[in-house]
Amino acid sequence: MTTPAPTQTNKAGLSKNDYRGLPSTLCQGCGHNSIANQIITVCYDLDIVPEEIMKFSGIGCSSKSPAYFLNRSFGFNGLHGRMSSLATGALFADKSIRAIGISGDGDTASIGMGGFKHMVRRNAPIVYIVENNGVYGLTKGQFSATAEIGLDLKHQGINQYMPVDICMEALTSNATFVARSFAGDAKQVKELLKAALSHHGVAVLDIISPCVTFNNQDNAIHSYTWGKDHEAPLHEISFIPALDEIELQGEFAEGTVREVCMHDGSTVLLKKLEKDYDPTNRANAFQMLESAQLNNWLVTGLLYIDESKPTLTETFNLVDTPLNRLAEPDLRPARETIEKINAMMF
Amino acid sequence: MTEKVINDFSITIATVNGSGSQTANVTLLRALFKMGIPVSGKNLFPSNIQGLPTWYTIRVSKDGYIARRDEQEVVVTLNPVSFARDLASVQPGGAFFYADDIKLPIARSDISIYPIPVTQLARAANVSPALRDYIANMVYVGILAHMLGIDMETIKQALSFHFKGKAQAIDSNFSTVKTAADWAAQNLKKNDPYSVMQMDSTSDFVMADGNTAAALGAIYGGLQFAAWYPITPASTLAESLNVFLPQLRKTTDGKQTYAVLQAEDELAAIGMAIGAGWGGLRSMTSTSGPGISLMAEYAGLAYFAEVPVVIWDVQRIGPSTGLPTRTAQGDLTEAYFLSHGDKQNIILLPGSVQECFEFGWKALDLAEHLQAPVFVMSDLDLGMNQWMTKPFEYPDTPLERGKILWEADLEELNGIWSRYKDSDGDGIPFRTVPGNKHPSSAWFGRGTGHDENARYTEDASTWENNMARLKKKYDTARTLVPKPVIETAKGATIGIIAYGSTEPAVEEARVLLKQAGAPKTAFLRLRALPCTAQVHDFIKKYERIYIVEANRDGQLRQILSAVLPDQAPKFRSAYHSDGLPLTAKWVKEAILAQEEK
Repeated sequence: MTTPAPTQTNKAGLSKNDYRGLPSTLCQGCGHNSIANQIITVCYDLDIVPEEIMKFSGIGCSSKSPAYFLNRSFGFNGLHGRMSSLATGALFADKSIRAIGISGDGDTASIGMGGFKHMVRRNAPIVYIVENNGVYGLTKGQFSATAEIGLDLKHQGINQYMPVDICMEALTSNATFVARSFAGDAKQVKELLKAALSHHGVAVLDIISPCVTFNNQDNAIHSYTWGKDHEAPLHEISFIPALDEIELQGEFAEGTVREVCMHDGSTVLLKKLEKDYDPTNRANAFQMLESAQLNNWLVTGLLYIDESKPTLTETFNLVDTPLNRLAEPDLRPARETIEKINAMMF
Repeated sequence: MTEKVINDFSITIATVNGSGSQTANVTLLRALFKMGIPVSGKNLFPSNIQGLPTWYTIRVSKDGYIARRDEQEVVVTLNPVSFARDLASVQPGGAFFYADDIKLPIARSDISIYPIPVTQLARAANVSPALRDYIANMVYVGILAHMLGIDMETIKQALSFHFKGKAQAIDSNFSTVKTAADWAAQNLKKNDPYSVMQMDSTSDFVMADGNTAAALGAIYGGLQFAAWYPITPASTLAESLNVFLPQLRKTTDGKQTYAVLQAEDELAAIGMAIGAGWGGLRSMTSTSGPGISLMAEYAGLAYFAEVPVVIWDVQRIGPSTGLPTRTAQGDLTEAYFLSHGDKQNIILLPGSVQECFEFGWKALDLAEHLQAPVFVMSDLDLGMNQWMTKPFEYPDTPLERGKILWEADLEELNGIWSRYKDSDGDGIPFRTVPGNKHPSSAWFGRGTGHDENARYTEDASTWENNMARLKKKYDTARTLVPKPVIETAKGATIGIIAYGSTEPAVEEARVLLKQAGAPKTAFLRLRALPCTAQVHDFIKKYERIYIVEANRDGQLRQILSAVLPDQAPKFRSAYHSDGLPLTAKWVKEAILAQEEK
């Protein structure tokens, strides 16, 4: 009789399986699947208990993906472009539960643009991922608002309009964490996700996530080929959890690394590549996005971070107990108050 | 002078909006109320901040009738723009007061005319020039106080309430009132028959508006989350939450048990409220018709994903932007059917300020009990005007939280449960909310087709079974919503059905009908949809059913005709919608005209 090999577990005592979702129904090779897999890995690596995450999405291919990770987390696949408001309300239920929202470029940059920007300006504590492929996949290949001018799509013709830059929109709305990545760069996606989950406030992750079915021509800027050829990382990013020791040695020699201290005690290490880049300077971030557009770079990495701003739920001075655990004695004013209230009427 | 008319007439004051006249008008209303005289006040104001004509009508009624009347016996105008119209509006034998710097022709000899030196008397008041325009309104308070016999002490009480006890504001306003009253005593000779006299008919009442009452009701209902977007006439509901929540619902260490958030639009407001409702919070939003239109998509999601949320609709007249400051009951069918696909929504219909309070907490109970959106239909008249109302009553049932499972419950069930299963036969499933740490607590909410375990499916029979269960749940709602208020009369052959703010007009019209020799009437005030069994019984009992409503299309008649098609031939409509509250006279005549046919 043989004993089965013990399953590997993390510090939460959970196996990788505890973090999985249903099998994906998206296309083979879709960038969204690799992002879902990174979310599974990151949550496992960070020992996050799945019940302490909420998942949100709107409508579209990207918005289906919360079903494909963290089965043991609560989720809500809401309305097209309206994930922002749904999540905003839910964040008040139990402020100890972290939130991950998955949206797409159609969902965020067209129908949901208003809600997106307002969620950002309120610094709602959520990891807001835009799986950006420049095209409407679920309705079969229409241009999205992030499609580049001149993009030629089957049945659609040539796109005549300038694209919306999600990171730029987030920055102008005073986002406190803005990053861009590329689904083909799994390592970077993973480290940025870890940093985003530690962020204090809204973390906008614009991840170029190619649509292999409708917009993966080599010359399209949301394709795997273009991304691989044009990716220009700002830095090499690694995330060190709060209790781990930071060891800077070898390639992380002094002067070549920036340390960003996160609100929860963790650290983001940014190793300098060609040029130094300071992600705590908002003007830098604008300039970088502008240069990227002019020069056809797919700039990736942490564009901007500010850990000092209060989050939406913090601005309310809520009781420590999760609001959704409060019972009648906390919720209904005492009987004797009704007389006082009536006396306040004329 | 003809025979005296005491405590039974209407006063209209015509001013320019933005001039601060509302303070003076409400002071008069409150003073009369404190004299023990039944009163009602209707503010007919424009959708504008400053410069357009505005009217305020006060009815005093010894018999306790508080519906609006068209006839005006006492008219005050400070506005040259509306002067001719105001003059024409005075009932023969009535009294007309006007600011004497308006130099316009007065071609009426059938009324008493009283010019008043408003500017001069305001100047005499010892206040800064910046406040003089506001103080000017106190001049007509003083003039009317003397000419009608309003008790100066009650005016002082009203001012003290309005200015929250601030001595300087009270004193400067009151001294203007006194100066004007003294001037009237010396300079005006009373020729009209109208006056007021102390009574004892209001001591069991308070004065409040429906929006304040709704907010307070929700607070006593344990409201935890509200999101809203500014819109007339609903804004003061959410603003009242912001006034009273900090007083009533902070912990001893000053922390909040609630959150109120102003959203970027109404669709976001309901989205936030639904997110919070899904998260296990007692949650609501408040708006008016245009906001309801925007909320349609989310309302459908809440119905189908079965998320508790309360939506207050303080109705104004539409369609489109309509008249934002005028009242109507025109959103009933919209709210009832709101959003695409098969569904009817749960609707509560408060008919008084006190009931706005009561339904404020009941709506939250029903929403959580039924895991569904609950619409509460108030209107501008009920929501924004001051009404004498029975004091608010402390809720008589504990908070109803519905079928919610926490860790211990799931432990008992060995973690086996299904989000959308009808385990009890009432169509209402169990739910869990985020923060529940049990490993089998989570489920995936969605607006897409789902099976009993909330998993996506396109299976035809699963879809149909789920929709059948939702219908069953609606039948359960029928047994839970507030029952109608019914007044029967021996030998009645006519039934009248009405709802919401039209009740006072209908009650008074029934008396007028009786005086006119019409057949006896019974009255059902509908308080909710779906219709409870009592509504069906009432309709079946009477030969003819008049459905009174303040809209153009007879929206309740449309709904009742669909609910009880075999009874529909008995239905007769008395509907009317011009932006103003219905009058008893109109209701009487609408019914009488059809009875005489």
